[in-house]
Order: sequence, then structure tokens, then C-alpha cells
Amino acid sequence: MSALLAQVEIRDRSEDTCVSDNGFCPDWIADNFDRYVDPFFQHVLLTVVAVAIGFGVAFGLAVVAHRRRWLVNPVTQVTGVLYTIPSLAAFFLLLPITGRGFVTATIALVSYSLLIIFRNVLAGLDNVPDETKDAGRGMGLTDRQLLWRVEVPLALPEILAGLRIAATSTVGLATLAFFAGAGGLGEQIFADINFKSNVVVAGGLAVALAALLDAVILLAQRAITPWTRAVAAQ
Amino acid sequence: MNTSDHAHTSGPSARSKAATLEFVEATKRYPGQPEPAVNQLSLEVPAGETCVLVGPSGCGKTTAMRMVNRMTSITEGDILLDGRSVRDRSPAELRRGIGYVIQQVGLFPHLTVGDNIATVPRLLGWERERIRARVDELLELVNLDAAETRNRFPAQLSGGQRQRVGVARALAVDPPLMLMDEPFGAIDPINRERLQNEFLRLQREIRKTVVFVTHDIDEAIKMGDRIAIMREGGHLEQYASPAELLMRPANRFVEDFVGADRALKRLALQRVRDVDLWEAPLVRAGEPSSDARAKLASSEVPYPLLIDADGRPLGWLSDRALEGERVGDELRSKADPVIELDDVLRDALSDLLAEEAQYGAVVDERGVACGVLSIELVGHALQEDPEVVPSGADAA
Amino acid sequence: MDKGGRGAMNDFVDAIEFIFSERDSPAGGTRVGGLAELWELTWPHLKLSGVSLAIACAIAIPIGLWLGHRRRGGFFAINASNVGRAVPSLALIAFFVAYVGVGFTNLTLALVLLAIPPVLTNAYVGVTQVDRDTVDAARGMGMTGRQVVRRVELPLALPLIFAGIRTSAVNVVATATIAPLAGVVTLGDPIINVNTYGDEGRLAAAIVVALLAVATEVVLGSAQRAVTPRGLRVNRREAVT
Repeated sequence: MSALLAQVEIRDRSEDTCVSDNGFCPDWIADNFDRYVDPFFQHVLLTVVAVAIGFGVAFGLAVVAHRRRWLVNPVTQVTGVLYTIPSLAAFFLLLPITGRGFVTATIALVSYSLLIIFRNVLAGLDNVPDETKDAGRGMGLTDRQLLWRVEVPLALPEILAGLRIAATSTVGLATLAFFAGAGGLGEQIFADINFKSNVVVAGGLAVALAALLDAVILLAQRAITPWTRAVAAQ
Repeated sequence: MNTSDHAHTSGPSARSKAATLEFVEATKRYPGQPEPAVNQLSLEVPAGETCVLVGPSGCGKTTAMRMVNRMTSITEGDILLDGRSVRDRSPAELRRGIGYVIQQVGLFPHLTVGDNIATVPRLLGWERERIRARVDELLELVNLDAAETRNRFPAQLSGGQRQRVGVARALAVDPPLMLMDEPFGAIDPINRERLQNEFLRLQREIRKTVVFVTHDIDEAIKMGDRIAIMREGGHLEQYASPAELLMRPANRFVEDFVGADRALKRLALQRVRDVDLWEAPLVRAGEPSSDARAKLASSEVPYPLLIDADGRPLGWLSDRALEGERVGDELRSKADPVIELDDVLRDALSDLLAEEAQYGAVVDERGVACGVLSIELVGHALQEDPEVVPSGADAA
Repeated sequence: MDKGGRGAMNDFVDAIEFIFSERDSPAGGTRVGGLAELWELTWPHLKLSGVSLAIACAIAIPIGLWLGHRRRGGFFAINASNVGRAVPSLALIAFFVAYVGVGFTNLTLALVLLAIPPVLTNAYVGVTQVDRDTVDAARGMGMTGRQVVRRVELPLALPLIFAGIRTSAVNVVATATIAPLAGVVTLGDPIINVNTYGDEGRLAAAIVVALLAVATEVVLGSAQRAVTPRGLRVNRREAVT
């Protein structure tokens, strides 16, 4: 059985000695950078859509499970299984049902992020001190007001921590999305896996995207939770 | 009870009326428990009075309080607020008209002090200006600097400050009833005393109906117009004024709970201002010594009290200070303890004993010396007819 | 290739058939399918995963424990996972293929790097979360540093460490699927070289990989429960997911 796939080499075996020596070639990169642009944006789109949907679903589940505790276990089990199934396998398990393309990739990526976000939102809500909730109810806040004005804001640090983890993980998994026919930076990596310059650029862009999302969410968290930085008085 | 309409921001004078509260055979049973937590509690709290629920743990005092705002449901019986059953309205609506202060305060950590206080007004849809003015008014009322405090977060405040904000928050929409569950329990003793005094002063000003829960009989006697002593199983043993409780305990349990030192406890019912204080020989540095000696001769206090230009006590003068032509400032001892007119006699006595002093300088609200309290005078107060003794917050 | 429900059902049936019966390769020339072949794909998969995980644990657990015990290097230990998460497994494999080379050893190295961060972070956090009073008491009893780690901190940190191992294990099993790109034939081969195995082969491999990953998670989950002392309440939130 053959080991390596016969890959389409993207290197142009021309005069460039750097290329034929398979080194790290800035010139080649500069010349060929636009081949990475579209995949990059595909990657961004894939990640953002998957994380947004995953967040919406998992957040909703957590809010419901917060009040109806009997749901916590079943939801955790189901999302746990979805989380465990490797995305590559997931793409092909979905293939007969949803075919190739963006939708399949998105479904698989969403499934992966559900557990992380669900668990973190739930933990954040659970960690709201009891006396704060007691005071809130005693003041006349309805359950819904208590949830949205008190519990969710106080849970934000943990919720956003979960979002960060989900986002960075999803960027990583989205590199395999091309197996499902959804493009992305992984396609470029795969196109010439031996060529150092290619791997470094495509892989580097993916890492950079993950770092960027991580930083953006972290900054957002700092911005909307100013009380976490308030220093206690002596 | 349209609390949203009533409270003006023009100051303490324009306040909504205090409500009457009545427990009518109120009972709370928990499933699986043979004994009820609160057993057919019946008592009436007149408008504007402070009713203290006190008893050992497990007596149901907190449960009873929480039944008023339906944080705990009522199993049997009823509770009437201004004659209207608390079951009449939705719980949220009911609670918005009742101030709720708990031991751990429960301030919202993610909101500034100002936003915390503004929570219920915002829920009721007040305009921003009105809310802002009200927040500042309330902060001043609880003795916090509004400009400094309103934008702080709870994590930046001390325990005492947090509890003051808690009280301010409870008063935000000027509710006719306040529920307070061991509000000063988590505060250190020094600040607790201060907060108790401030709350009494506040209550004199705004006259709300208050239900106050504590396990500390001394706090109950100090704070309450009427005291309800409860025992395990949710039974009411006695409901009476502090003086009545101390003089005529209803039964053995009440007697034991109040404590063997009932007589001394009576000292908590009197304030320094109720006593005929000795006149202080007040002397300023640089005064002619002859004047000073004259004042000393006509006073029952053996040493002159040195005061500053504003009349605040600096210390007790030694004999050497009077030797020259003009009064010097050599002190025999510092002015400690300094006692306030509003202090209860019990606290004043313990201050005197702590400093091993026979005499203490008494000052008014401005800090100006106005008399001297001695242990001898406290002893006299102990022997007075208890019928004459005024109760808790009424001392004017 | 979006078929209706009927079509999807057929595909799955075909895939199950692939697992159990041999047939000719669509590309011609060889026989594919059947349990024997599947085992020949699964065993390298397990071997690769197991070896990598074992080495990673051997490295990460002692380091994590010691850093946690000394309360040093926290920033590094905790952010190791964040960095690790940001590097896609495909990029890591590709990097190794391009710069280091192909083959079992090189690939193992790559997977070890992948598996270290969650275990390291969790070992660190697991130790630092041990109640300081407990450690104080142990020291007060005269235990040396090493004894404190071995007898007090390690047992109490074990649940969290196992959570980290679980996460790494699942990641490694998943990544071993793309091992064929680096010259090691695992269950990923039918997925990557679909022409040789056919669509049924690909789907069959996907099913087996999924089951393998879930089984790994379940087995390690039980192990984690087994090592959690009953007196200990597991933290609501585990450090690394």
C-alpha cells in the first residue's frame, strides 16, 4: 500500500535554486503570496461561522440546563461524544448525509466546540455566589432579569475563556476542512507538504489566525468586564 | 403602595409612609420535617417601628423574615402588609416595594456602587437624572462620600462600606418596609457598633418599618422598639419592648436567653444624653489660671479638661499646667475615652473601663465638649426606675 | 453527492460490509477490506498513539508536577496549552515532513510535541490547586519536597492529570489519522488514499476511527474515576478541555 500520496507539486521547478533546494524562500513567498489569500479568508469564514453557531447553540443549552439540572448530564454526554470524534472522521461520516462542502465542514466543526462552550458557560453560571443571587431575588428581580443582568455578566470571564479555547481549536481543525471540500489553509499545506516555504507560510498563517482570534477575544473580555480588574481596598 | 411615585428627591422630609406589618398565624412547614420551622407566628408591627426577631439558631427567625417577601413560601396562615396579603401580588412586584438587606450584602460585583443602588429604580423605569440624584442622596445618607464612592466597584470597598451600600441599595425606591437579616453580623465589632448607631440615627430620620433578625440579644435590645423572642420549632415566646423584656421575662427560656446580667443590659437602653452629666471644667491653653481654678472648684470633676479653639477636648490637665499665670498644656493624660451623647450607656461604661478611667469627656455631634460622664453617674443610672427608661430608637 | 436518506443508509451498510469482507481494490491490483486488513491499519494506529502518549506523559508529568510544586514557570505551563492549541495538527505534521523527514520515529516526535501541552498544563494546575494547608501539614510532619510531591500533591492532582491525559489521548488518536502523509500507514490511509480503498473503505475507516477515539475516551474516563479518591470532589471545571 502506498504511503505517500502523489501530490501536485506547486513548486515551479524553474531557475530558483532556493526552491529546488527546498529551503525557506522569501522571494518565492512574495511572488506567490496571493495563492494563500483566498484560502485564508475561507479559513476565517469557516472558523467564525462554526464558532458563532457553536456558541449560540451551546450557550442556549447551558442557560436552559442551568435551571433544569437534569439536562446537564445528557447534554454533557452527547456533546462529549461529538467532541471526541475526530473531525476528519466526522467529515466522512457526514459525507453520505450532507455531501461535500462548507455545510459538512461547518457541522463537524460546530459539534466539536459544543462541549467546551457548554461546560464553560455552565461553570460560569454555577460560580455566581449564592448571596448575590439571593440579594437579587430579594430586590425583586425576576428569574429572567436575574439571569441576564446578574448571572450572565458575572459568568462572562469563564464564558469568554471557553470561547477563546473553542476559537483557537477550531482554527486548528479547520485546516482539515479541505478533506470535506471546504477549502481553507489546509488545502495549501496539503498541496505540497514537502516544500518548506509552503508549509511555513500556510501553517504560519493558521497559527497567526488562531493567535489573532485569541487576542481579540481576550481584549474584548478585558473591555467588557472592568470590574475584574478593580483592586480590593485595604 | 406606589413607591415609584412617592419618593421625591427633595430630601428626607418627603418620604413615603411606613407600612404596618402583621403576621397572622404564619406557619412554614418543610416536607419531611415533623416540626414546622415557623409555628403559627402572630404579631403586629406598627408603622415606623423596628421589630427585632431574635433567638437561637434553628428558631425560625430568618425563615419568618423571608416569608414576608416570599423568598420562603408561606405554608399556612398569612402575612399582611398594610392590611393586604403578601400573596396578592407577584413575588417580584412585592419585593420591589420591600428593602432587603442580608448579612453577606450580596452587592453585584460587576456593577459600580452607583449602579448597584440604581438597580431597582432602573427596573421601575425612573429617568436618569432622578436616579443619579437619588443615588447621591442615599450615599450621603449612609455617610459615604458620593463623588468618591459612586464609581467604585464593591471589591474596592471595605466590609463596613459594603454594608452601607447594601442599606442604601435597599432604600433606593423608598420602600415602606425593610427586612434586615443579621446585616452587621459579618462586620468586626468596632465597625459593627458604629453601623448600629448610624442605622439608629437613620431610622430616627426616615422612620421605616423594619424587621431585623439577629441572634445577639444585646443587638436586639439596642436596635429594637419591640423584640420577638423565638425558640426552636418556630415558637414565639415573648413579644414586648426591650424594657418589658428585661423587667418581666415571660418564662424561663426568655430569662435564660436574655441572660443573667439583665440589670447591666438595661444600660443599653439609656443613652449618655439621658443622664445628668457633670459639668466639665473646660479650659483653654493661655487662659488665666485663676479662671481655670475657679471652674475647677465649682465642678465635681477633679481635673480640668483642656479644649482647643473649637471646643474639642485635647486631654486632662496636670496640676503643673495650672501653676503659672497662664494655663499651660502639660497633660496628665489624653482625652480618651471620648464619649458621644448618642452612645448607649453600656458602651460608654465599657469604654471607661477599657481605658481604666474614672471620667470621660462627652462631646456632641460636632465634637464639642459638653460634659463629663463618670462611672459614678452610670451607677446612678442603673438604679433608676426602669419604667421611665425610653426604648431603643426613640431616644431623642 | 448529496443523496437522500436511502442513499446514506446504503453507504453505511456498504461501509460495515467493508469492515468484514475482503474485496478487490477499485484501483485494481490488490485486495482490500476485511478484518485482517483493518487490524493491519488499526495496530499501527494504536502503536503510534500509545508510544507518543507514553513518551509525552513521561516528559510532561514530572515537569508539570515539579513546576507546580515549586510554583515556578506558571506562565509557561499554563500557556503551553494555549500555544499548543493554536498550532493545527496538520501544520505540525507538515512541518515535520518538510523539515525533519518521514517515518515512524519522526512522526512519533511530532505527536509527542502535540501531546505534551495538555498534560503539562493539567499537571501544573493539578498540583497548584492542592490545598496549601494540606501541603503545609505535610511539611510540618517532616516530609521532604520529593515526598510531599509523591505522597500528597501527586495523588491529589491525579484526577486533573488524568483529564489532561484523556484530552491528549483523543488528540493523538485523531492526529494519527493523518499519519499516512508522513509515511506511516494507519487508519487514515483509506481516508487519504481513497482510490485504493474506495468510498466504502473511506467511510469504514471513519467509523472505526470514531469508535476508537470514543473508546479511548471512555476507557481513560473510567481510569480517571477510578483514581479519584472518594473524598475528593472533582473541580467543576477542568483546566484544559
